[in-house]
Amino acid sequence: MLRVSDLAVARGGVPILSGVSFDVAAGEALVLRGPNGSGKTTLLRTLAGLQPPLAGAVSCAEDSIAYAAHSDGIKANLSVAENLAFWAAVFGTSGTQEALSAFDLTDLATRQAGALSAGQKRRLGLARLVVTGRPIWILDEPTVSLDASAVALFAGVIERHLTAGGAAVIATHIDLGLTARTLDVAPYKARAANLRADFDEGFL
Amino acid sequence: MIALLLRDLKLAMRAGGGFGLGLSFFLIVSVLVPFGVGPENALLARIAPGILWIGALLACLLSLDRIFALDWEDGSLDLLACAPLPLEAVAAIKALGHWITTGLPLTLAAPILGLLLQLPASGYLWLVLSLLIGTPALSVIGTFGAALTVGIKRGGLLLSLLVLPLYVPTLIFGAEVARRGAEGLSLGAPLLLLAGISLGVLAVLPFVSALVLRMNLR
Amino acid sequence: MASIWEYANPVKFMRLSGQVLPWVSGGAAVALVIGLFWGFFLTPDDFRQGSTVKIIYLHVPAALMAINAWFMMLVASLIWLIRRHHVSALAAKAAAPVGAVMTLIALITGAFWGQPMWGTWWAWDPRLTSFLILFLFYLGYIALWAAIEDADTAADLTSVLCLVGSVFAVLSRYAVNFWNQGLHQGASLSLDKEENVANVFYLPLLVCIGGFILLFLALVLLRTRTEIRQRRTRALIRRENMA
Repeated sequence: MLRVSDLAVARGGVPILSGVSFDVAAGEALVLRGPNGSGKTTLLRTLAGLQPPLAGAVSCAEDSIAYAAHSDGIKANLSVAENLAFWAAVFGTSGTQEALSAFDLTDLATRQAGALSAGQKRRLGLARLVVTGRPIWILDEPTVSLDASAVALFAGVIERHLTAGGAAVIATHIDLGLTARTLDVAPYKARAANLRADFDEGFL
Repeated sequence: MIALLLRDLKLAMRAGGGFGLGLSFFLIVSVLVPFGVGPENALLARIAPGILWIGALLACLLSLDRIFALDWEDGSLDLLACAPLPLEAVAAIKALGHWITTGLPLTLAAPILGLLLQLPASGYLWLVLSLLIGTPALSVIGTFGAALTVGIKRGGLLLSLLVLPLYVPTLIFGAEVARRGAEGLSLGAPLLLLAGISLGVLAVLPFVSALVLRMNLR
Repeated sequence: MASIWEYANPVKFMRLSGQVLPWVSGGAAVALVIGLFWGFFLTPDDFRQGSTVKIIYLHVPAALMAINAWFMMLVASLIWLIRRHHVSALAAKAAAPVGAVMTLIALITGAFWGQPMWGTWWAWDPRLTSFLILFLFYLGYIALWAAIEDADTAADLTSVLCLVGSVFAVLSRYAVNFWNQGLHQGASLSLDKEENVANVFYLPLLVCIGGFILLFLALVLLRTRTEIRQRRTRALIRRENMA
């Protein structure tokens, strides 16, 4: 479903990971691990198509990726339901109600998003994934500021997404209790020796 | 696309700053000018079209940095870039939203301020028409400037420095239409040139803005 | 046959520019000394303008370079956007302050010339106004380079600004012409021989223009070399950090 071959990525012009290859099939989740600054976020942004790879390729069906990052893109002046309805309209889907109930936000639907707690905001940000209707979820530290029960709720949502034929790539430090492969990005750290000759190296 | 426009308008209404701020600024500039140049009616009547155009332009400038900066800070811009909506459309919609919240109200308020500045009776129609045709160009050019500076912290001043020179042709032709209208001269040529600039930037700049946004998102 | 794009490689560019730079700088110095001396001391005073006319030997070359520097930046920006040669982007960056200073020289010498001729330091004449606007474009371009941290993003964004700015600069030129017909005389130089200034002024002027072109080249080469060295230093530091 998602194939990554010999990918190299850069952050701020500095190559940070290289030679990354993996496959994610339908119904499968891949958990990325690695210390802070190891390039997980950069890798995920590249997968989502937000930045071009230095080398290698990411192949998947067009318009199949939904991305959730540290910041949720929530507008404080809109209500919870309005926030979700906006993204549903942009992605041309419906199902705002299911998304709300999946993350236990139904009671908060009319509340201003600015008045939510950090964990509730996070749940709203994740609920956006459901309304995108996209099969491949790219998640960057999705459990930040979630409490134990919300994490379980979220794991359940991912479980259902996978059984429905979806896939997910998740960078996280906590155990979601999913049956997922784990990929440690540390061995892929880019070294000066295996970089391509363009970029700043052209100046050496 | 409509959803994005409606959301931006809703946000502008609820944040309070949207409609009111630009208009109040326009009012204040127009009120300050007589304090600066003196209360002589003949002088005010002569410079009124120019003052109103410059006031509208500065009021437009004031809200430019909000076009993309808010969406950039809260991550919405990243998410929009992943959405099925092309960034070109996002840029065009953002410009339209900016025009509806600033350009249009400024155009509608201009005659009232014209009254304060002793604008001759023959000038009102042409003032409103020139602003109606010219302010969309200001919004579209401003959107390009906002896209250029979106990744820069506190880029507001830089944005002004980049956008103001780009505003020169629009200002010259727009103010010329308003001035000639007030003086009862023929104004076909500047009016057509103003319309040409507006249509030209509308056709081209949203694509350039999207290109620049992609460069910034990388 | 070596392609011109070979010199897009920073190392090759450094080698070539290192060899060329002394000659260009020397040529600029010689041409400027000869041209300015000839122009200032060996030409007769104009029968109407007196000795003030001699400011032409600074004013016209500076004005020419002010426009051509922007044109060079436009070409360099296009090369960067299309072929992504770093040297090209850095050359555009290096040329901007030189072009801005040339614009400033043209404006200031113009003011000194205009004061005795027109009786005013400044007039909102189309040519003068266009140069002032060009100066603002230079300022914006330089400020945008300075504001962005990532070098490649900065090169991308400034290149687009240069392209869009060029279109608007041309538009402004026409708009300003429309807005006010001016005091400024027509072009002092043209291919049409009849309209040229007299030969006795013309030849030293050509030497001065040659000198300004060489001066511009020398400054841009020098500044580009500095930019490349800066990038090289940064790349070396990164390699150290990575190892």
